[in-house]
Amino acid sequence: MSATVRVAIVDYDAGNLVSIRNALEILGAGVGIASEPADLEGADAILVPGVGASAPAMARLRRQGLAGPIVDLVRAGAWYVGICLGLQLLFERSDEDGAAMFGLLHGDVKIIPDAPSLPHIGWNRLEVQRAHPILEGLPDGTPAYFVHSYVPVPADPSVVVAKTEHGGRFASLVAAGRIIGFQFHPERSGDDGLRMLRNTLGLIAADMPASASAAARLVG
Amino acid sequence: MLLKRVIPCLDVKDGRVVKGVRFVDLTDEGDPPQLARRYAEAGADEICFLDISAAPEGRSTLLDVVERTASAVFVPLTVGGGVRSALEMRDVLRAGADKVAVNTAAVEEPSLVATCARRFGSQCVVISVDARAVPDARGAWEVVVQGGRTPTGLDAIEWIERCVELGAGEVLLTSIDRDGTQAGFDIELLREVTSRVRVPVIASGGAGSPADMTAAVSEGHADAVLAASIFHRDIHSIAAVKADMAAAGVPVRLVAQAA
Repeated sequence: MSATVRVAIVDYDAGNLVSIRNALEILGAGVGIASEPADLEGADAILVPGVGASAPAMARLRRQGLAGPIVDLVRAGAWYVGICLGLQLLFERSDEDGAAMFGLLHGDVKIIPDAPSLPHIGWNRLEVQRAHPILEGLPDGTPAYFVHSYVPVPADPSVVVAKTEHGGRFASLVAAGRIIGFQFHPERSGDDGLRMLRNTLGLIAADMPASASAAARLVG
Repeated sequence: MLLKRVIPCLDVKDGRVVKGVRFVDLTDEGDPPQLARRYAEAGADEICFLDISAAPEGRSTLLDVVERTASAVFVPLTVGGGVRSALEMRDVLRAGADKVAVNTAAVEEPSLVATCARRFGSQCVVISVDARAVPDARGAWEVVVQGGRTPTGLDAIEWIERCVELGAGEVLLTSIDRDGTQAGFDIELLREVTSRVRVPVIASGGAGSPADMTAAVSEGHADAVLAASIFHRDIHSIAAVKADMAAAGVPVRLVAQAA
């Protein structure tokens, strides 16, 4: 990677940050932990991890003053990388507890339809819907590690990069402009997961001047 | 469709792996992160640490071990053994564990399962159950605790159903009768449990061959198989287990092996 990508990992007490932080550092990113708005400054990408329910997560993000700035920065052109709950928060409303979320993507979050078991825990395959740089070097059917019961249902099906089947089929990898969302845990998906994170950092690095100036415009 | 998981289990005491691991090429066979990484490279779908430290100092060492492992190994990490409260579970999760298994403490205080599930989510609460067949009562198993030494009088099937109702997201089911025997899993026990609960069930106790592990999945309907000694002593490799499963039509995650 030509330049160091600065990633702010949002810490809102929704699961451990150890594995994602170390994965990104091993891949050469500059990683900061963001628990208040000032920590987001200068980041090329905002990474929202997390497991758990959306309503308490949104409540914590608002209490920490992070919810508004995250939405503003992404609207201004910063990258958003969501993992698991961090992907779900991108959408408008969750069936889990009726939470209103970031609304950066249109659509809702619903329970996995026709699931033979819940939570959906374990390795499952990514069925590629359209080519995307995130999956570069990875074959169709690559396994990834999932831990969740709810899934995003995007209003615009064209944002779906991969689907996964667990009873019903759901969107497991979403990408729209500078927004990337993993329903699975790339930081827990072995070498294939690390490959996806490396691809993600590569995409952001290639885009950095634009992203940085967008953030600068917002601050200015 | 979920792939079936193969999980090596490491006994960790005072921060060191105990119980006969034999890999000649490791500089330190007792170092949990090194072994975990070795297993992850060999295709392990998840790593399980069972902490058997008796002293409190061993517990704090465990947190360090979990953190170092979570930093070095990019597959899920489940930690069990001695977690007695939501606070202790939080510490283990914050150190980098993905899931925490509770056993004796849940039997003593079942509300622990509900408390932890509410606080951290069902997905990270594993109920670990050691079951022993009740003599002369076919199809009945009793929950035993403290490494199988202490009977509880609880019916294992009812206990597991109750824990799932309380919020456990996964069941780690060990047959104490088979544990350490390498005589195969207790398929009857597995079938009974997997037919009663919708959460994933990990089969443990008795793995002696790849065929045993395939049977646990295809006949016992387990979602994952866990083993210690056959992997540690290099009797069978994870790849061999997965190859056997794949040949039997069981969906598994095949990992390209380094030469």
